[in-house]
Amino acid sequence: MDLNLSDEQRLLRESADRFVNETYTADHRRKIANDPLGFSMDIWKQFADLGWLALPIPEAHGGLGGGAIEIGILMEAFGRGLVSEPYLSTVIGTSLISECGTETQKQALLPKIADGSLILAFAHSERQARYDLAEVATTAKRTPDGWRIDGQKTAVLDGGAAAQIVVSARIDAGKIGLFMVPQGAAGLTSHDFPRLGGGRACNLELRDVELPADALLGDGSDALPAIEVVVDRAMAALGAEAVGIMQTLLDQTLEYTKIRKQFGRPLSANQVIRHRLADMAMQCDEARSMALRAALMADAEPVTRSRAASGAKAKIGKCARFVAEQSVQLHGAMGVTEELDIGSYFKRLLAFETLFGGSAHHYRRHAALGGRAVEA
Amino acid sequence: MDLTFSADERAFEQEVRDFIAANLTPEMKRATALTPSVFSDPDIGMAWQRALHKKGWSAPGWPVEYGGPDWTPAQRWIFEAECARAGVPNVNVMGVKMVGPVIIGFGSPEQKNFYLPRILSGEDYWCQGYSEPGSGSDLASLKTRAARDGDDYVINGTKIWTTHAHHANRMFALVRTNETERQQDGISFILIDMKTPGITTRPILTIGGDHEVNQVFFDDVRVPVANRVGEEGKGWTYGKYLLEFERGSGIASAKLRDALKTISELAESDATGHAIGDPDIAVRMSEIEVDIDALEMTELRVLSALQTGQNPGAVSSLLKLRVSEIRQAVTRLGVDVIGNDGLYVEPMRPLYRLKEAPGIPEELLPVVPEYLNGRAYTIFGGSSEIQRDIVAKMVLGL
Repeated sequence: MDLNLSDEQRLLRESADRFVNETYTADHRRKIANDPLGFSMDIWKQFADLGWLALPIPEAHGGLGGGAIEIGILMEAFGRGLVSEPYLSTVIGTSLISECGTETQKQALLPKIADGSLILAFAHSERQARYDLAEVATTAKRTPDGWRIDGQKTAVLDGGAAAQIVVSARIDAGKIGLFMVPQGAAGLTSHDFPRLGGGRACNLELRDVELPADALLGDGSDALPAIEVVVDRAMAALGAEAVGIMQTLLDQTLEYTKIRKQFGRPLSANQVIRHRLADMAMQCDEARSMALRAALMADAEPVTRSRAASGAKAKIGKCARFVAEQSVQLHGAMGVTEELDIGSYFKRLLAFETLFGGSAHHYRRHAALGGRAVEA
Repeated sequence: MDLTFSADERAFEQEVRDFIAANLTPEMKRATALTPSVFSDPDIGMAWQRALHKKGWSAPGWPVEYGGPDWTPAQRWIFEAECARAGVPNVNVMGVKMVGPVIIGFGSPEQKNFYLPRILSGEDYWCQGYSEPGSGSDLASLKTRAARDGDDYVINGTKIWTTHAHHANRMFALVRTNETERQQDGISFILIDMKTPGITTRPILTIGGDHEVNQVFFDDVRVPVANRVGEEGKGWTYGKYLLEFERGSGIASAKLRDALKTISELAESDATGHAIGDPDIAVRMSEIEVDIDALEMTELRVLSALQTGQNPGAVSSLLKLRVSEIRQAVTRLGVDVIGNDGLYVEPMRPLYRLKEAPGIPEELLPVVPEYLNGRAYTIFGGSSEIQRDIVAKMVLGL
């Protein structure tokens, strides 16, 4: 039993913090917000040089074999800076390839991810599915040359930046397959948009998209269990990012209440404000514990892993909303303007709450997985 | 980083389980489950304390030279977790966890030699004389006066909320030995024999129907000056040191998990008409379980820091707030789980000595009293409002 960071983990945290402090200034974020790509390719190259893109790749494939804890360390720092590079999307894609891909596919794709030349996205959500991971209406039909994909995907994070998109599609009633769809494939239409809280996303339409046989990841067995593993890990990573965002909001709000004077004294001299800040601090700490817990259980057996992930997503979502809304509240009218950074952090937390399902959804999933009589 | 215990720690866990299996009688277990107040009555609690003492385990937090078992933080964790899981009696903490550490830290050699062994063995039963009718959260305003007269102090005044004063043979108390400009500077920490002439005790029933707390009156009570711990006027410092023990004994998640498990089992039983089938109950159970998960991780983070000799810092002062709130959420859920059976009032105490079978399933009897008495969790040991003041000051530097 040891929850202290190892020396390597501590170094990783220091380098991530340093990077975010030096590079991800408010000026940088403003510049990137108006960029059609939504992030900087130069920074992406730095991610590759720092080894962060190789981090989630197994050592057998030339990666660093990092786990959920290491990804969480990076994500927390990224949260502090509101980093908009497509890191999580690429980690998700990497994990799907590692979980499902054939040896040939892994050898072909993973090294390109590590060196920064292959950005990935994951297209899974569909409008009618809400947050049900098993609900996929997009179809994949066998053709003499391979596959033909038809369907629509929503909220594909970083779909515009990705060279290849991992698309889920139903092969038959009991089976979901994952397909590597290249950007610009015939029949693929992308509606790219700026994403709430920074970065970009797109909605995809796939009409008669013809793919070669080897576009299917793996041997064609059902990919749903792998999708569940990867989404559980993604929720742990997002939880860590949310912790970084919440801590930043708390720090900035604390500073503001010390400086801002009304009725001849700082806001922080008022007990009502002090107690609110104490509650925010408490909820930041609970969120930190839950993100860590989800990461520590990311490789546990499915029920334990999924309950930890859903528990974390639900609890951190609840804490995030409190911290975000109170940060705006305590900044007064300034908190509702674009003139402060607070709003950007607020919006990223709002996006966090929504991604992969909100707190209510995940409390229900947690209960159902615990054998309690509710529908997830 | 990992959550697993070492082979040695696993072996220790087994040793604790074996000890509990050999010493926790079905009567103790039933009495504990049917006790809706914070602590077990002395007949139950002290029987367990004696069993622990025989094994050398009655004071987990004490230094080894005073009779502590020399456990690592992980061993203490395992011990507490196993005890909670098994439902062992809730031994009154006033001796081992509260006055013990103060005597160890600030007592004279004579006081250590006399009192500490008697705490370990359970021969002495302690109560705490802190709060007064006019001094609750503002404890330093306390007025119980100890006037010096030769080798004695003569004590006049009153203490309130005194847990188990009606069972205790000793009290540790904060008394005013001097009128000073800063009221904290006039307070001394004193040990009182409850059989001393001039002490009377009045019971106070809590809203759950339990007699756990009292008001104690002092009428010219003569206590030897030798019973003062440490220096005159330094009582506030010693008392605060003790309150830190009261707030952050640090391992509460296991007990909360056990309390939730009890409610969960009731919700799954016929006794409650399978209350878990109500989606609201099922989801609230998950919400509380997740809150306990978060608390447990925070406790383990503190434990990890302690294991490597680091100061866990401010995080531990957040624990009391959450523990008390979660405890109340569990007891509230219990009320909702048992439904109409919550209307049944059983005034007899202790519940485990009822002569006749009650009109509802026995295991439902403590649920409403636990909720009612449990409103005190966010009040005693420094109210939640005071805790938030402390967090703002000590954690946030405001």
